[in-house]
Order: sequence, then structure tokens, then C-alpha cells
Amino acid sequence: MVSHAQSHRLESGGLIDRSAPLNFRFDGKTFAGFQGDTLASALIANGVKLVGRSFKYHRPRGILTSGSEEPNALVELRTGARREPNTKATTTELYDGLEAASQNRWPSLRHDLMAVNQLFSPIFVAGFYYKTFMWPAKFWEAIYEPAIRRAAGLGRAAGVADPDHYDKAWAYCDVLIAGSGPAGLGAALAAGRSGARVILCEEDFALGGRLLADGGTIDGMPAAEWISGTLAELATLPDVGIMSRTTLFGVYDGGTYGAIERVNDHLPSPPEHQVRQRLWRIVAKRCVVAAGAIERPIVFAGNDTPGVMMASAVRTYVARYAATPTRRIALFTNNEDGWRTVETALGAGLQIAAVVDARPDVSAAHRALAGKTGFPVLNGSVSGVDGGKDGVRKILVALAGGARAEVEADGLAVSGGWNPAVGLTSYHRGRPKWQDDISAFVPDGAPPGMVAAGAANGAFGLGACLRQGFAAGAAAAQSAGHNGNTGTPPVADDEAFLLTPLWHVAGKGKAFVDYQHDVTASDIELAQREGFESVEHLKRYTTLGMATDQGKTSNVAGLAIMAAVSGKSIPETGTTIYRPPYLPVAIGAFAGHHRDENFHATRLTPSHHWAAEQGAVFVDTGLWKRAQWYPRAGEKDWLESVTREVKAVRSGVGFCDVSTLGKIDVHGPDAGAFLDRVYINTFSNLAVGKARYGLMLREDGMVYDDGTTSRLAEDHYFLTTTTAKAGPVMQHLEFCRQVLFPELDVQLTSVSDQWAQFSVAGPSARALLKQLVEESEDLSNEGFPFMGARQVALRGGIRARLFRISFSGEMAFEISVPARFGNALVRNLMLAGKQFGATPYGTEALGVMRIEKGHVAGPELNGTTTAADLGLAKMMSTKKDFIGRVMAGREALAAADRQVVVGIKPTDKTRRLRSGAHVIPKGEIPGSANDQGYVTSVCFSPTLDQWIGLALVERGRERIGEIVHAHDPLRGESYDVELCNPVFYDPDGGRQRG
Amino acid sequence: MRIVCPFCGERELGEFTYLGDAKPARPAAGASEDDVFDYVYLRDNIAGAMSEHWYHAGGCRAWLKVTRNTLTHEISSVEPAAGVGAAKVGA
Ligand SMILES: [Zn+2]
Repeated sequence: MVSHAQSHRLESGGLIDRSAPLNFRFDGKTFAGFQGDTLASALIANGVKLVGRSFKYHRPRGILTSGSEEPNALVELRTGARREPNTKATTTELYDGLEAASQNRWPSLRHDLMAVNQLFSPIFVAGFYYKTFMWPAKFWEAIYEPAIRRAAGLGRAAGVADPDHYDKAWAYCDVLIAGSGPAGLGAALAAGRSGARVILCEEDFALGGRLLADGGTIDGMPAAEWISGTLAELATLPDVGIMSRTTLFGVYDGGTYGAIERVNDHLPSPPEHQVRQRLWRIVAKRCVVAAGAIERPIVFAGNDTPGVMMASAVRTYVARYAATPTRRIALFTNNEDGWRTVETALGAGLQIAAVVDARPDVSAAHRALAGKTGFPVLNGSVSGVDGGKDGVRKILVALAGGARAEVEADGLAVSGGWNPAVGLTSYHRGRPKWQDDISAFVPDGAPPGMVAAGAANGAFGLGACLRQGFAAGAAAAQSAGHNGNTGTPPVADDEAFLLTPLWHVAGKGKAFVDYQHDVTASDIELAQREGFESVEHLKRYTTLGMATDQGKTSNVAGLAIMAAVSGKSIPETGTTIYRPPYLPVAIGAFAGHHRDENFHATRLTPSHHWAAEQGAVFVDTGLWKRAQWYPRAGEKDWLESVTREVKAVRSGVGFCDVSTLGKIDVHGPDAGAFLDRVYINTFSNLAVGKARYGLMLREDGMVYDDGTTSRLAEDHYFLTTTTAKAGPVMQHLEFCRQVLFPELDVQLTSVSDQWAQFSVAGPSARALLKQLVEESEDLSNEGFPFMGARQVALRGGIRARLFRISFSGEMAFEISVPARFGNALVRNLMLAGKQFGATPYGTEALGVMRIEKGHVAGPELNGTTTAADLGLAKMMSTKKDFIGRVMAGREALAAADRQVVVGIKPTDKTRRLRSGAHVIPKGEIPGSANDQGYVTSVCFSPTLDQWIGLALVERGRERIGEIVHAHDPLRGESYDVELCNPVFYDPDGGRQRG
Repeated sequence: MRIVCPFCGERELGEFTYLGDAKPARPAAGASEDDVFDYVYLRDNIAGAMSEHWYHAGGCRAWLKVTRNTLTHEISSVEPAAGVGAAKVGA
């Protein structure tokens, strides 16, 4: 494939691999680059200046920086399901076949019709959301907002599921280091040599930080040589790990840090079985933040013209990537560091059009260089740029004396100084402090265990970075308990910085502060005039610093301008709160593998695979999958299947997996006394071999949970909970045992997963079970009466626990076997039950039968009901203390007009009931004043051949037989129901005792 | 946040469940409704060191009394509840 020549690539130099050419596409056009390029450097090497359109005004934009602070060069990377919007071209590693597209333009980047927004720019000023579209209100949703969203915006999400995997991992170390510049590598050397476990995170794919572009001399050798020597030494140290392509984005309590590793973002797609990104939680005793600093723009008219670039970025593209953003460059600086750009540009054979230095006292050495090379040094400021989407043509200069000058150039490098990256040190609501000599905010303290070093700490000289980094690494290792010999620190000279602050140059035209959100200097002035002077108000009113770059290049300039117009100093104006993450982190990385069917763990009952073989329909119950019903061929809907299952139980026998109930073994001489305190009824007097229904309250007197608890031995009870409360009840009982009643000699063991439990219910239940137990086991009504509980021997030698308890209202047993035999048991129930027509039933049939019997369940145990509300007041012992006893006696909880459980039947026998309907006295107009309760549970009762339900109704038990109104505004239904006894089936309980 | 469980060592927050203020003591049987009301509902809103109940649900199931600074999340002590383990108190 023929690609365009790399017109702006230097013949030699740079850290690119010229033996590895790569092809890529940008906006459909094919280009070439090299291994080691970023998308931004490759575009520059191909002479591409225009890379995007701005957020509000659709202004043409070019590449401003060479790092993760980039506000302009955002692209849609990749295609299809992997399309990722707002990806920074400056940190996207080039790979063969890379496809990227510019954003926020239509129909094309060069001819963007939305650029008419610029003509309407008066309505897009600060606060326009609040002012322009106020009236009429309904127009906002219908017209204004959709229109604005179309016209203003960033990239498009893929719109389909991400096909890649993301991982989450933990790591532990003594010293964590953010950044691999001179300070970070210095810290790693000292900490590593002292024997500490070190992890160094670097967001770039190459190690060295600014050294990669700016070079320098360390220990008498060129920086590149020092870096490779240092990395070689670190590799020999046993406990130093270096993670490149990894950004430390947050710090959390207890020395826990968040990092995102871009494992395979530099490839078209991750290799098979590999993840795209990995989210790290790193636990570190100490952390050295050597995250460097971010060069800041100066705000002047036209400062967003493609070809205007940060001075350090120009050096990076030229020196690291051998790509020249410009051929004839001007420099606008207010500090010495900016002048390094001149050296780099001259070294690469570029022309210097002029240096505009805001400082009056440019050094003699610089003047001599200018004289020798033949470029003018102008004392003044850049006040405007003549150019457009094809780049810069001319620079307009306001000279210090008041005169004006013009400089012909095709590029402008800008240095307004450097802002230390204070994010990590400020994430625990730290407020950085102002440092005058560099006119920048520097960290003022940090979260426990963390310290900043080097440029991140306001030390900009190479020597200072090395010294601070090395000292911080040594100190961190020492306080983490490592005292090994740290050897000699690396040494280098310190360059002069000599900055005279300059934030904003007055001039005609839009002067951008926040490039990504299109916030201009005049927006900030407007905000101040309208009273939004506090930086937090300024931020919300203008949206300054609220884009995906979080104002990395704009925040400080913005508040400096606010300080100037409000007549305050910059430290008085202050900064907004810094919050993680340092960079946008994909939600997919936070989710990791917890998506789709792995969103949460899945618990399968012991009979699950058997039930699946039977074609059961499953329902999610918390983490469990439970068989809901077992459809048979020819059944037209769930109701038909459920009705068959209920009839089979009531007329013969059925069985159901109830292993999901919480099960707790309670052991010890005080087990009975303990249960007396946690249940409202008494268990210490329960005979061995008997089961009893128990009800627990919360300490506030409301019902907490219910279940059947059996006494298997003098000092051993077997307690069951509802499925939903299995975990919470265990936690509650442990609290009671460990905290409230430590004097009781009792132990709790969760055995929910250890026992497979099945309900076997129906008139033939006994006959069926007789096929499974040893012949010697007496299951007769006398030998094993209702509410009996004991161990039995199954044929084949397995011991089981058998309970004669009934939720269905039929003669029923629950049988428990060790969970590993659950599958065998269910298959044997099916086999042995064949002659009795044994029918498996699911949770729906279980629910139908419990409503027919008037048993309460989740919808009634809803946290707002008392024992009396449920009709269980008589269970409350008056002879003992128990959890919730005193509060249950409060006046309102014992009031006569409470809503209590009652049965309901439609007066029209053919009508379907719905839970959630409100109960209103007949003849009254529905409203909150006469709302007397609501329907909690409903079902079609095959036994009664009509819909029935349970409801919570004011004074319900006194109103049996009354016709009331069920009002269901949600479904638009209204109908009459009769209040009735909640026990619809076999009210005297003869069947379960029989 | 990380908590040093006396039985399991230093573990991350996700293994623990928070209950709340560990100061109120459950009134003995026969206490007045007012006393029980205070125990159930009344809590100090402490800015500073606070004694709290935490449950090591993802570990040893011990209830712990943790002293945590609510302003900084700094944990100054972790003690097991009186009835943790097999021995009964006062036996
Ligand atoms: Zn533990």
C-alpha cells in the first residue's frame, strides 16, 4: 500500500525504530509512521496540522501537547465495537493498521458546517445553559438540549458491547513511585538499593520522562546512557518492578493506590486470552510522587490556531520522534526553559523566526546566539495569530514599548512556565500552596505515607530532581524498614528557570483558557462580573476544567485571570478541589470480569443439573438459581404448569429443592438459652427430636426473619432462615453471640452449603420416603408425628436428617442429606416416586401453596410489620427477654388500627388479582387519606379455582367478610375484593397432621 | 481502607461489614422503654476517634471493635468482641 511520504520527518535521530515502518489511517487517509511513534507524532511527521474541531465553536484545532494533558487532539480510535471516543492522539501508541477519526465535525474535518456556531458565539458564553434557554421550559427538553448536544460534543461511543476483557489485580510494595523521570528513577535507585520492595509506574511506554526529549548530562554521561545504565541496575535488584503504560490515578485510605495498566492498547486487539487493560490496587507503605510538571499555555487571541504548540511538546516531537511540527518557528516564552526549544530547533535544522520573550532582561548568551543565528529577540508578548485550519501564517507581537510587530512563521512554541502535577498529593482534599519563584502551586503536604519529589514538588532543575528523588526514595525505604546501603546519588547541574509570570495578553479575538471546553478569557471576566468569583463557582458557571482533561493545561491560567480581574492574588483566589482519577479510566476496567453472566457469583442448588435436564425454568433468587416450574410438553403457559404441580402435591406427592434456606448449627450447653434470646418464642423447652417455627425481631421490634428450628440433641439445635436472610441472620446471630451475650457457651456454624434439603409433600409423601429409608425407620404418624425431627438411615448407608414440617399444608417432610448426595437424592426421589406419580415442583407452586395456607413470606416480612401484624402475637413470650421485646411494646406498634395480614378474594371469581393494589373502603374515592393498606401476595389457586391473595389492611382481622375496593392506578385497574381468613386451605390443619 | 484483624492480619475494607457505634450497651432485661429507645436509636455524630463495630464477614466472622477517626479514617485500635472464639466470658 502506497502511503503519503513522511514530509515532516527528520533524516535521522529520535527514539523511533526506522526499521519497523507502520501504516495507519486517519479520517480515511493512509499514512506511514514508525514503531515508537504516537499517533500524534506520526501525524506531525506527515505534516498534518488539523486534527479536530472544538467542543462548542467547532474551531479548527491542532496538537497542543505531547502527553496525557492534551486537550485538543482527541480522536475516535479503532472501529466497530472497539471504537473508543476521546482518545488522546498524544498518548496513543502507533501500531500497524491503526484507524482513527477526528471528532465533532460534519461532514468533514476540513469543511465543518457546524463551525457556524462561531457566528452565534455570543449565545455560547459562560452560563449560556442557564440564561439562553430558560423559557419556555418544555422547549429545553424537546428542542434546545437535543440541538445543543448535536452541535457541541466529543466522540461517539461504540454503542455495542465491548468485546475485550479487563482484569483487576492487587499488588503490595514498600515504596511505590509515580513517574520514571530523573526524580522517579533516582527514587527507585535509592529505594531499590536499600532492599525495599519497589513498584514504579510510568504512564508512557518509554522510560525517562522529560529526559527522553530534553536530554542533559548525568554523572558525566548523556541522559540516554544514564537511563539505560539505571534500568540495567534496577533489573538486577530483586524487588524492583517497573510497570510502564501504567498510570497511577488515585490514592485511597490506608495506603491503597489505584493504577490503570494499558496492557494491550498498543495493539490492534488484545492477543487471545489476554486482557486489554488491568486495574491495579496497589498497597504501599510509602509513595514517592515523581509525576513531573505540565507546561502551561499563555492565553492570547488565536492561541488555539493549529500550529501553536507547547514549547516542551515541540522539543518532544523534534528530539524524541524526529518529527517537525513546523519549519519556521517562533517562540513565545516568559522563562529560560522555553529557550531550550531554540537549541532543539536549531539542532534539527529548523529556522527560528523570532523569540518573543516577555521578560525585559534576556541573557547575553541568548542574545549572542540570536545574533550569530540571525533571528530577532523581541521583548513583548504575542497578541494574536494570523492563521486558520492550515496552520499559522503570522504572529502579531505587542512590543514592550507599545509598538506592534509581525513575524512570519508556520508554527509558534509557547511556554508560560510549568505547573507541578499536584493531583495525587491533593486527592485527600489537600490544598496546594503557591510558590512565588516559579509562580505555581506546589504540594502542601500529602496523604499519609506520600511525598512529592522533583518537578512534581516544584524543583525544575535536573540536578534538583535527581537529588530530591534519590533522597525521597531513600527516606521512603527507610521508614518502611529498609536500611541497606543506597550508594552514591546521581549528580547533574541545575538549569536556571527565571520566570516572570504572564497569564493573559489582551488582544482582539477569542483567547482560549480551556481548549477542550472552549472557555475563553472573556468568559472568565464575564463570570466575575456576574458574581461567580469563587473558583468553585467559576468552574461550574464556565465549565472551566470540567472536560475529560480536567483542566490540566487550563485551571491555573483560569484562576490567575480570575485573580487579576477580581483584584486578588492567585493564592487568595485558590484552587478547586482535586479529585481522582488523574485520567479518565474506562468503566470496563472497574468492572473487570464482573459483567454479563459474571456480574455476580451464581449459586446452584444441589439438584440444579438434574432440574436443567428436566427442562426447568429458573429464576434468580439473590445469587441462587432456583427451579421456578417444570414445563411439560403441551402446556401452554407457566400457569398451566404451576397448576399441575400444585394439584399433584395436593392429590399425591411432589418434591422441591429447598436447599437455599439458610442453615445454622447451634451447639453448646447454652444453645437453648441463646435461641430464647433471639427468637420471640421459647426454644429451651423444645424436646429433643422436635421442630418448632420461630420468629425473630429486630431490636426495634419489627419482624426480622422466620424459620423452623429443630432440637437434634440436648446441646444441638439446627436453625433455618429464609433464603434471602441466610447471610444477614448469620451475621446477626454472631453479633448476639460475640457482642451481646458473650457469657453464653454457644457456637454457631453456617451449614447452608453443607446440606441438600428437599421438601417432600403430599398425601403419598410417607409412602415415597419409605422407599428411601431403612426398613427399621418408623415413619408412621405415631413413630414420626407432625413437627418431629431426627436422624434417619437411608438405604445404602447415608445418614439423613428428616423433619416433619409442612409449608404446603399437606402431610410433608423435609429431608436433608450432605450436599454431595443431593443430586443422587433427587434422582432417587424421582425413581422411587414413579409409582406414586411424584412430581417435582418449583418456587411458583411452593408460593401458591403457601398463600393457600396463609403462610407469610418475603412480601409480608418486609421490615415494616410486627409479629401482631402477621397474626403471630401469641408467639411472643412474656416470660423472658428477647431481641426486640421492649420496642415491640411501643404504643404505635401495638395500636389497634395497624395494617394486619388478611386474606382477599375478588367478588368476581373470574378476575385476576395483582399485588401492589391499594385497599380503599368501598364507595370512597381513592386517595392517601383513605388508603387502608395494600395487596402483598397473590396467586391463582388451583385448589379454590380462583385468584386469591394476602393483604395488609387496617384492622383487617376485625373486618372479615367486608367488601373493599382494590385500587391499582399503576395498571389502571379497580375492582371489589372480599376480606377473608388468610388460611384458605384446610384451616384446622388436619392434612398436615394426618 | 485496611483493617488489621486480630485473627487474620491486615485485610482490605471489602472483607468487612460496618455496623456502627460500639459505645451503646444493650440494657439488661427489665430495662425501661426509654433506656432501650436510647440504645436502639440515639447515636452521637462523632467527628474524631469513634469506637465502631465491624464484622469480618469475608474472613474469620469475628466481630471487632475498631477505633477509627471519622475525619481521617485512621484506625488506632482493633479489638475482638468479648465473645469471639470458643471461651465464654466469665467461665
Ligand atoms: Zn478476621
